[in-house]
Amino acid sequence: MAENAAVAFANAGIRFGHRYVWREVDLEVLSGEFVAILGPNGAGKSTLLKAMLGVLPLTEGTVHVFGKPVHRGNDEVGYLPQRRRFDPDLRIRAIDLVRLGLDGARWGVPAPSWLPSSEGKAKQRRVDGMIRLVGAEAYAERPIGELSGGEQQRILIAQALVTGARMLALDEPLESLDLNNQQSISGLIQRICHEQGVTVLLVAHDVNPILPFVDRVVYVAGGHLVAGRPLDVIKTEILTRLYGAAVEVLTTSDGRLVVVGQHEPVSHHEL
Amino acid sequence: MGLSWDFLADLQLLLQFHFMQNAYIAGTLVAILAGVAGYFVVLRGQSFAAHMLSQVGFPGAAAGVLVHVSPVLGLIVFCVAAAIGIGYTGPNLDAGHRAESAAVGSILAFSLGLGLLFFRLYAGSAQGIYGFLFGTILGITDRDVQLTLAVAVVSLLALAFIGRPLVFASVDPDVAEARGVAVRGLSIAFLVILAFAVAITVQIVGTLLIFALLVTPGAAALQLTARPPVGVALSIGLSITFTWLGLALAYFSDYPAGFFITTLAFGTYVLIRGARAVTA
Repeated sequence: MAENAAVAFANAGIRFGHRYVWREVDLEVLSGEFVAILGPNGAGKSTLLKAMLGVLPLTEGTVHVFGKPVHRGNDEVGYLPQRRRFDPDLRIRAIDLVRLGLDGARWGVPAPSWLPSSEGKAKQRRVDGMIRLVGAEAYAERPIGELSGGEQQRILIAQALVTGARMLALDEPLESLDLNNQQSISGLIQRICHEQGVTVLLVAHDVNPILPFVDRVVYVAGGHLVAGRPLDVIKTEILTRLYGAAVEVLTTSDGRLVVVGQHEPVSHHEL
Repeated sequence: MGLSWDFLADLQLLLQFHFMQNAYIAGTLVAILAGVAGYFVVLRGQSFAAHMLSQVGFPGAAAGVLVHVSPVLGLIVFCVAAAIGIGYTGPNLDAGHRAESAAVGSILAFSLGLGLLFFRLYAGSAQGIYGFLFGTILGITDRDVQLTLAVAVVSLLALAFIGRPLVFASVDPDVAEARGVAVRGLSIAFLVILAFAVAITVQIVGTLLIFALLVTPGAAALQLTARPPVGVALSIGLSITFTWLGLALAYFSDYPAGFFITTLAFGTYVLIRGARAVTA
């Protein structure tokens, strides 16, 4: 394992019953890297994140995060799960949701804010700092359900970072956003990665919006992983083999890669 | 009984009989617990689970009367058993799972039928059935008050203990789980506390009118604020107001308390929704 590895999978596999999601996975993500996890729907991208969070135990092999075996509730890892939007009727302020990310797992009820508790004040400052970092000051006091998709994602990124996380595990944060929001959220994540030295693993099934921002890509398909720099992995032959369907990689006039093709679901690796 | 404009004299009139003192003590305890539990019921979208627990309470109360222990005790046993049952088998009861909803509907009908049989076996107590369907303020004994006090104190302490992770698990279960919150365990724990709340609330408004104290105050509070601590406080305040006014109106008018409490609750909710629709 490399000394500055943020995540290290070694000969890892997950199996539900007789069906492998993926197996023989050896993957290292270095501290401070921005890595996109790509692949067709149902290939096991989210499973990879959940294994890293300790929510889903591996059935074989090991996974370490910052050199330690994984466990739930790790303050060093911030998680943004795949989801549809929050229910529009959900009546809790965005800032409360960020605060829950900090100490929501603790028993009891929070001390009233008018009490002169220095611990409470420090926590409040930290929450406010995160709100500023993601640029959500204008709507932090509004109910989360009333916010737009892009605003909700900014709040959720603040929530994921608020424990002082050194790594972000983001599951489809760009889904159901329009093109402008996809770019501004991708840019925000890249800025946090570079300025705060936060390692980012971002799951996406659409390659194109995220490609300009990432250092490395991991492709999950057919029960296996291929990792590398975008230019080395995003090639017509490799993707066609991984997807098991015709996929073509085109280069635009300004040198960007675009992936086109019919994304058929890939059958799973059977025992 | 005549009302005057002298508030203290009216209050003396209201509380001159022991049964009304009992009704007010039990009613206040019920209102506090129902207010807190109701906030979470609405936040978690578990109205149907609350409805189910209250209906399962009916045969429980009847069984309690039949075997000559307190009906409240019978309610508690049946409701807690049902809560554990829902917690283990149908945690997604309110998430639109059709087969589960249908199954629960059948169980509810059966439990009401069972309650009917138990009351018949107890011999001819139509008044008893009426009391448990719609609530009764006449029949609250000193023992019921003691039991209500014990249940309310224990349930409120339990809610205070699980409060923060319960909010987290209610609004954001996936992240809560990743942060180490026992989401499923909390869900079962809350249903059991809800069962206790239902069991004592039935005394005041009955199984059929229980939403007036267990859902409407929480729903109204959530319309008014998106801050959890303020919402819980508002929900308690509304619940106590409905109960105190409802009991007083029933006492001075000879119409049932359940009618006044539900009417106050419904009227308040409609006013708040209306005001929000106008200002939005």
